[in-house]
Amino acid sequence: MSERQTIESRLLETWESRAGSAMNGRLHDGRELAMARFREAGIPAKSEAWKYTPIRRILERMPLLSLGAAAEGDTLSAADVAAFAIDGLDAFRVVLVNGRFRADLSDLAGLPAGVRILDLRNAASDPAVVEHLDGTGQEARDAFAELNSAFVQDGMVVVVDAGIVLERPVFIQHVLTAGSPALIQPRLLGVFGKDSQARIVEVCRTIGQDHVLTNAMSEFHTATGAVIDHVRVIDEHKDAVHINSLRSYQEGGSTFSTNVITVSAGVVRNQSYFLPDGENCETHLSGFYLGQNGAHIDNHTLVDHAKPECYSNELFKGILSNKAIGVFNGKVLVRQDAQKINAYQSNKSVILDDTARMYSKPELEIYADDVRCSHGATTGELDQEAMFYLQTRGIRKDDARLILLEAFAADVLDRIRLDAVRDHVDALIRRRLSQN
Amino acid sequence: MLEITNLHASIEDDGTEILKGINLSVAAGEVHAIMGPNGSGKSTLASVLAGRGGYDITQGSVSFQGEDLLDMDPDVRAREGLFLAFQYPVELPGVNMATFLRHAVNSIREHRGQDELSAVDFLKLMKEKAAFVNLDPSLRSRAVNEGFSGGEKKRNEIFQLAMLEPKLAVLDETDSGLDIDALRVVSDGVNQLRAADRSFVVITHYQRLLEYIVPDHVHVLMGGRIVKSGGAELAHKLEEHGYDWIKDEAVVA
Repeated sequence: MSERQTIESRLLETWESRAGSAMNGRLHDGRELAMARFREAGIPAKSEAWKYTPIRRILERMPLLSLGAAAEGDTLSAADVAAFAIDGLDAFRVVLVNGRFRADLSDLAGLPAGVRILDLRNAASDPAVVEHLDGTGQEARDAFAELNSAFVQDGMVVVVDAGIVLERPVFIQHVLTAGSPALIQPRLLGVFGKDSQARIVEVCRTIGQDHVLTNAMSEFHTATGAVIDHVRVIDEHKDAVHINSLRSYQEGGSTFSTNVITVSAGVVRNQSYFLPDGENCETHLSGFYLGQNGAHIDNHTLVDHAKPECYSNELFKGILSNKAIGVFNGKVLVRQDAQKINAYQSNKSVILDDTARMYSKPELEIYADDVRCSHGATTGELDQEAMFYLQTRGIRKDDARLILLEAFAADVLDRIRLDAVRDHVDALIRRRLSQN
Repeated sequence: MLEITNLHASIEDDGTEILKGINLSVAAGEVHAIMGPNGSGKSTLASVLAGRGGYDITQGSVSFQGEDLLDMDPDVRAREGLFLAFQYPVELPGVNMATFLRHAVNSIREHRGQDELSAVDFLKLMKEKAAFVNLDPSLRSRAVNEGFSGGEKKRNEIFQLAMLEPKLAVLDETDSGLDIDALRVVSDGVNQLRAADRSFVVITHYQRLLEYIVPDHVHVLMGGRIVKSGGAELAHKLEEHGYDWIKDEAVVA
């Protein structure tokens, strides 16, 4: 009986039934290999990496997920996605509906020479895809990365050639809409040439209230001297489970910044792997999580300092209330030859009531002897003396609370450098905090 | 203006009674000084008036402009015209001074039925009042009290007092930790704010502040009660002779 089937065998069955529509060439081999590895790994039941996010139980509780449901978004119109725009953001725009690239809803007019933004389905033979898809972070692969690779088909590719400074950001709107429980597996590949510059903004939103599992994967390959800035905002509904694997590979002298803002009502796992694979890399990783009303938000990061003279700065902050659960597990690994590393990590959470919980596990693992590293984690209530101080100035309790929470979030949100995006996120968080 | 009658207050956590029957009457335009040794209940009185949590009011009443003060939340007290200058002003990282004060000023203006100040008028007001207490203009673009020196924090309290124009200001040991120059600046600020419709309760351990802010009445608080009241000359006597003579007198009484 299908009810008795494991998640793995169900997925395998689906995968086999779709093998005929698989992409050609190297992608095809990659998919076979990934599926074999997925079957070997299996969805974690008991594992340290998933200790506070019992993913197997979460997935088992979901109704049968259909891959075919991805096609249900094909009728979505421009008007349907207009509500998800960011005011004042002048950007090249890509709309992915249920992971599928919708050229008709996207706006890439004026894309300069040397920049390619492609539907992954049509890009199997693009040199950037051939060289870099599944190209990095083999150590950090887990069942979900393998699963995404096994099914890889939907998604997009951004290629910025060497020396190109892309002035306008690339705004990627992920829209999920499903009339039945769905599994969506979008893939984003970013390949940034030597000394190039680009800014990528992703916003993930859902339409409707059906059960949906997103198993997304993003790979970024940042060449020497390139400066890349990435923001991802995840704002999905209660029955959405979102697993988001990011893998960043940097050549020497490059700068990669990423900031993940999670305000979803369901379950979100952001798992990110950073490999600064050359000297003088800068890696900025940060995130903000607002967990309300039973939301579950897990941020899991690994910075693998294998090369000397690099800098990484990690800051994750969040606010939790009303039965929400927050998880932070950040590991900074400094390998033996990685001397002169500066690595900083901090996680701070505010818990607004005693039904919310935060599990924080910062980890430093250092094998080099000439490094400067620090880490720290704090979880606490809102400062009552600060509340009182504001109130004695005539400020209402609700306003005082909002002022202090916004101030708490300010330094991590300040890392969003695009003003329009920063304003959008500020307003979003203010709105959610006011509703609580 | 303020009428405190037989006020008793205890620490919520352990029930220790700190205020044991305070009676105090402050009329409009008056400056009252409350002096007393450490642990006499001075700061507790300031806290209870401003509405800080953690205290149980077990007996007595406080009326402010004819209304029951103890029934109001701290922010309502402030909008009704009560101001507390903190002994230890709180640092608010990430909260910009201008944003903070604009919220405060407009909350109070709204309560008084006045229109919100425009951004331009607000900045003008800030500039004017900052000059009042010699506050470095750059402090206004910084986070509230963060990285301020002790003197800057106290001047910032008086600056806020000037911005919010309360009916009654309670100054809780505003002189502590101030050098003589800062003390003079703070006192000048307070003296300029004295008005026929504005009262002050100045809480201090030392008489020296009262050389600059000359009070109409001086009260000695000991063991949770006001044990002696007099004019400005009482402060001089305390400076000369300390508190022991009052203690003896109080025991005899």
